[in-house]
Amino acid sequence: MSVTNAREEMLLPAEETLTVIRQLAERIREGIDPPEKRVVVVGIRRGGAVVARLLRDTLSSLLGRELPIGFLDITFYRDDLRTIAPNPVVGATDLTMQIDNRCIILVDDVLFTGRTIRAALNALFDYGRPDSVRLAVLVDRGGRQLPIQPDFAGRVVKAGNRESIKLVERERGEWVVVRRRLTE
Amino acid sequence: MGTHLWNRKHLLGMADLSREEIHAILDAAASLREVNRRDIKKVPTLRGKTVINLFYENSTRTRTSFELAGKRMSADVINMSVASSSVKKGETLYDTLATLQAMNPDLVVIRHPESGAQEFLARHLDASLVNAGDGRHEHPTQALLDLLTIHDNLPLLEQADFSGLIVAVCGDSLHSRVARSVALGLRTLGAEVRFVGPPGLLPPRAEEAFGVRVFHHLEQGLEGAHVVMALRLQLERMSVGFIPSVREYFAFWGLTKARLAVAAPNAIVMHPGPINRGVEIASEVADDGERSVILDQVANGLAVRMAVMYRLCGVGGGR
Repeated sequence: MSVTNAREEMLLPAEETLTVIRQLAERIREGIDPPEKRVVVVGIRRGGAVVARLLRDTLSSLLGRELPIGFLDITFYRDDLRTIAPNPVVGATDLTMQIDNRCIILVDDVLFTGRTIRAALNALFDYGRPDSVRLAVLVDRGGRQLPIQPDFAGRVVKAGNRESIKLVERERGEWVVVRRRLTE
Repeated sequence: MGTHLWNRKHLLGMADLSREEIHAILDAAASLREVNRRDIKKVPTLRGKTVINLFYENSTRTRTSFELAGKRMSADVINMSVASSSVKKGETLYDTLATLQAMNPDLVVIRHPESGAQEFLARHLDASLVNAGDGRHEHPTQALLDLLTIHDNLPLLEQADFSGLIVAVCGDSLHSRVARSVALGLRTLGAEVRFVGPPGLLPPRAEEAFGVRVFHHLEQGLEGAHVVMALRLQLERMSVGFIPSVREYFAFWGLTKARLAVAAPNAIVMHPGPINRGVEIASEVADDGERSVILDQVANGLAVRMAVMYRLCGVGGGR
């Protein structure tokens, strides 16, 4: 682990991010039962969309077929309309495929309180009735406020409330996970 | 998509909205459009919020658009129209305010013939306020839906942003709050706005007041325009002789295919509705699928009103 500056610690360098995603894909393939099940990868904007794209590509080559991918923007499903500071960036949901009776691999970058996942599940069920939903995250940082646990976690780290764990783009297309200590 | 700051509790007009604030609404609206195309056309964002539509003038389409917008965001929406309310029985605006306050709404959408009413309610009501039209003054959500519609068509018009855009607003801009609001919004975004019409139907000193160029000849005003916005001839607001006759008006000011030939090659045609066929616009133009974006405006109106409610309630509508 290298320290990039006084308040930032590198948790996953770019290469390791890819390795962890590859390992996630392998575990998901083994975990899909039966393996021919109709799988759809759904990323939660914005960080989860990045992980979902990489995961889908790896999983597709492992399974030997192109898996469909969709994206959820959960802005309008959040439970903190008035407390998000200052304004949420609104992205777009792109879920054009049929999700009824599919096996959804819901993907996010960092799992923390579980509220984002709660919102994403509500959003997802406005589009149809999947057969099953599995949660895959790049990093589980603990600190859950809801009874939500990942089915597949790339890394588990302990992080305090005064720290943020973030997936950030260092160079074009190079994604790293860093830990930052929040200041007042 | 950038981060746009929105800190307003009320939306009363376009006059003081910044470029960032306009984009904060347009971005949210562009995203909310997706909701309107789903099977389940509802998001839980404003669940538990109460929206009151308070209309002192009849307007089925605007009221319906606000009502549907609130419902699609899961708010509880009630309509109060003047014809069926105590206002007809002599209730003052002050007493209406007290009554509204007691119902504790989060957002009040108001259309009133006097702009002073909005200012009064905004000062004293705890709820957020949206101006849905005040006399000849402003109609901000109509302007925002026009801006969204134009924004969608920028690639077709081969424009990167609003700064090189020419918008010709044609007809009765004197009686039109839409013309004023849209001109103010376009000015903020850097477009060139033209008011095109007979001298008697243009607001006095329009150049200084709205930063527009004025044309008293239709073809000259249309020349090179990327966006042509026809305004409804508001016959109901004209007590005396603004125009000699409707037929003569169409002969000089009616938007026809032949006249649009001088506009930019892919120019789009807009109209705030309801349209008067054969008065300010010919049917061949209104129904031209290549040029007319009139029905896109209606769809965008719904999304823009959802976005406005979202942004206002996010800042702390209600308590």
